[in-house]
Amino acid sequence: MSYHPNSVLRRARVARGLLFVSFLALGTAFFRAQVLDSASYALQAESNRLREVPLPGARGIIYDRKGEIIAENLPGYSVSILSPTEDSLRSALRTLSKVITIDSAQQALAVRRYRRAPTRPAVIFNDASFQVVSVLEERRVEFPGLIIQSSPKRYYPDGEAMAALVGYTGEISEDELTRERFVEYKAGQQIGKAGVELEYEEQLRGREGSRYVEVDARNRVVRDNGVRADVQPEAPAPLRTNIDLDLQKYAHDYFGDSLRGAVVALEPATGGVLALYSAPSYDINRFIGGVSGAFYQSLLDDEHKPLVNRALQGTYPPASTWKLATAAIGLQLGLVTMDTRMERGCTGGYYYGRVFKCWDKKGHGDVTLAQAIAKSCDVYFYQLGLKIGLARLLAGGVKLGFGEKTGIDLPNERTPIWPESRDYFDRKYGARGWNPSVVLSLSIGQANNAQTPLNMAKFYTALATDGSAATPQIVAREPERKQILNLTAEQLEGMKMALADVVSRGTAAGAQIRGLTIAGKTGTAQVPPLKDFAWFVGYAPADNPKIVLAIVIEEGLHGSAAARVATKLMERYLKTQLTMSSVTND
Amino acid sequence: MPVTSVLRRQSIDFPLLLIALLLTTFGIAMVFSAGQIDAPSTITAGAWKRQLSWFGLCLAATWVVTRGSVRLIEWSAWPLYALSCALLVLVLFIGTGAGTAASVKGWLSIGGVRIGQPAELAKLATTLMLARVLAAQREAPRSLMDLWRPLLVVGIPWLLVMKQPDLGTGIVFIGICFAMLFWAGVQWQLLLMLASPGISLVLAFSTGVWGAWFLILVALVLWYRPFLAEGVVVVVANVVTGVVAPLLWDKLKPYQQKRLLVFLDPSIDMRGSGYHVTQSKVAIGSGGLFGQGFTQGSQKRLQFLPERHTDFIFSVVGEELGFLGVSVALALFLALFLRSTRVASRANDAFPSLVAFGFVAAWFVHVMVNVGMTLNLMPVTGIPLPFFSYGPSFLLVSWVAVAVLLRISAEGRGQPDAIGL
Repeated sequence: MSYHPNSVLRRARVARGLLFVSFLALGTAFFRAQVLDSASYALQAESNRLREVPLPGARGIIYDRKGEIIAENLPGYSVSILSPTEDSLRSALRTLSKVITIDSAQQALAVRRYRRAPTRPAVIFNDASFQVVSVLEERRVEFPGLIIQSSPKRYYPDGEAMAALVGYTGEISEDELTRERFVEYKAGQQIGKAGVELEYEEQLRGREGSRYVEVDARNRVVRDNGVRADVQPEAPAPLRTNIDLDLQKYAHDYFGDSLRGAVVALEPATGGVLALYSAPSYDINRFIGGVSGAFYQSLLDDEHKPLVNRALQGTYPPASTWKLATAAIGLQLGLVTMDTRMERGCTGGYYYGRVFKCWDKKGHGDVTLAQAIAKSCDVYFYQLGLKIGLARLLAGGVKLGFGEKTGIDLPNERTPIWPESRDYFDRKYGARGWNPSVVLSLSIGQANNAQTPLNMAKFYTALATDGSAATPQIVAREPERKQILNLTAEQLEGMKMALADVVSRGTAAGAQIRGLTIAGKTGTAQVPPLKDFAWFVGYAPADNPKIVLAIVIEEGLHGSAAARVATKLMERYLKTQLTMSSVTND
Repeated sequence: MPVTSVLRRQSIDFPLLLIALLLTTFGIAMVFSAGQIDAPSTITAGAWKRQLSWFGLCLAATWVVTRGSVRLIEWSAWPLYALSCALLVLVLFIGTGAGTAASVKGWLSIGGVRIGQPAELAKLATTLMLARVLAAQREAPRSLMDLWRPLLVVGIPWLLVMKQPDLGTGIVFIGICFAMLFWAGVQWQLLLMLASPGISLVLAFSTGVWGAWFLILVALVLWYRPFLAEGVVVVVANVVTGVVAPLLWDKLKPYQQKRLLVFLDPSIDMRGSGYHVTQSKVAIGSGGLFGQGFTQGSQKRLQFLPERHTDFIFSVVGEELGFLGVSVALALFLALFLRSTRVASRANDAFPSLVAFGFVAAWFVHVMVNVGMTLNLMPVTGIPLPFFSYGPSFLLVSWVAVAVLLRISAEGRGQPDAIGL
């Protein structure tokens, strides 16, 4: 080599230059990472090591009108596990299943929960028994990533009586997660699935808190607390409803296991729902923490369909309870007064192309409108219907609200059936496929007319007050009332007198004791091939209505059966003896 | 000249010794910290103690080596070189893998106990041998033909190492080779021509870039005017490597391909080496200016950071001691290299001067590749950081190099102004 000092020095200078440049480059790179971009790396390091464990928030308590508890929260435990991968979750589940029983369906569910939210602990049990919790707590060290924590559990003290009304809660489904309404929700959270729980989900939802645990690279929990300050969950303000829990429970007891049907009780002035019950019922507490497949299947398979909420989803021909609507339409059109008699008296039937029978073969003779309501004379209403005419009857029914939902604050209300005009029949049967004589059947609440108990109760709030119908409200708020009856004070008074007559005429002995009477109308709907369904819609006390009640008893044979139940319920609510001495059998 | 008199007259190069001591102390402290993790593992927790006791042995070895004259070292170059080549051959048959490179047969084990990597010895021996060969030539090589001896010296161990395959150590050999040729006075144009097939190999993945490079090369050949035959060989070699590059790529082992691709985009392999590099960057970046505190780094403690006490130990420095600690470590390395370069330039003969500069080159490549890797500036090749990474044989070899440097410094020209430093 050429080892002259000068050439060596020259090379040393070049080497030193290269060294400085190289180290300057390295230093610059570290300066960028550690000083300029440090914040974002620090954040990544935090998200590496911290896992958020959600602390479920308690749902809002639901009270009835007197402050009795409808829905509350009990202390419960949830068991979940943090896993880095699906495989490690599966192996953790296998290990766990040697200590406690986890069936394969529960394991599959836990894996599905993991897939939906891999960074959150996958829930194994939403509502673990005390025994499971104590076994796991004892052997906790064997299961890294296992998280056992208290998790409030929904409880309905009167679960059997509440199914139709309050609904239930459950884990949010994949389908629900995609809906815009639940856009803020995360997989694994509990939400209202039906009834008030669903309708008022936003008010009832507890604000989820969070706790942080420190995990290592294998997602094992290294430090359990004190890693970062917890965010405590918050329970929302309680929800106050118009429900009268005592009446609701009484309705449940009264229906018992034998009766099927529905009852709706409203406060006429406000539309406040006092009770809403559908029979057969079931214990909604069994839905909490995940309903068992067998139980749910038994509800689905039940021939009496307990899952159908008859109060707002059952549509029944309203039968004679609807005659008040025909009368109101006739009065509004000025065709009749309460004292008007029809051309022909009732001889047990009426010929219009064919014979239309009156329910009473003996006939009611020559009656006024007031008497026709009291006696529920079909022949009178056939003739009144003909006077009104099909088009005006249909339009009148629409104005009275028979073609639309009541607007109650509960999900899944069914729209009642009421033809909005003659077009309905043309559409349904073809232009020549129907006979305008259908107006006769419509005027006595039969034919193409099917109403929910809730809708009939709403209509009667108008009769019980000044002619305005109140929208049924579960949760107390500003009443919404709409004038649907355009009757003079005299006409309205006449209607009320006639309604009161239905039940008080005959014996006044009972009424004399308390001075309270019921006003209302029975109905018997033919629902072949089943036995007749019994209706009663009315209010009490007749002179100052505090409660409107609509009731249907499936296969209750005749309206008087419904009326008897209605009386008991109204008595219970008003805490007094009501008279119901004589009821016409339509 | 008697050994003792040299050391007596020429005092020890204290700055060099101090720098090496500081680096090693710093390194052992980091090995200790690397063992402090939340899930205790017996393997890594005690690593610092083993490293410390090896350091004691290193100091003893240093004392022994400094007793030997440069002439003795020169004499030992041949046997050492022969021995290390023999061991490299042996390791191909009975070698075992370890750590990040489990598939690489780099370790020599006796009875299941790993006693060291022959490649470490080979680096030292090849440097000595190359220095001997280059020092023996009166004139600096001026043509490729003149380079056949030095290239053969480096080529044999390089091929054996690449056969393991240990890409990282292979890079170190190339670095040593070029640095020492440069120090021996080979002109940069010749070095560039020598390197050109390799450059072609890398650039061949983009036809446009390769074309531009090829034009530059042709211009260089025309300007430097090598022998006609050599000029033709260089141009042809570049064409050939440019063409066969894709074929060579296919010959690489999948994990090698992956490492190179991950270097370009760490996110393609977030579960493998891309994950390592990403976590390393997170660890370093989250250290900030002052770090999270000695032993306190969360990326390390919770084991997000892989190979904490070996390949990625510098990430622990970054995470726990911040930019400040990184700067101190880099400054110590720079000081070591500058001081060693000074030893090289002040040596009293060609052989010690080349040896000294060869050591600088070997360390430099290690530091650049290892530290660069922690920030994804370099591909993950798994070569350790001198004085820091846990590993007895590498620490020993590094300290033998320090000892040789001390001896060279002691025998070197006494008066700095004699050569104008």
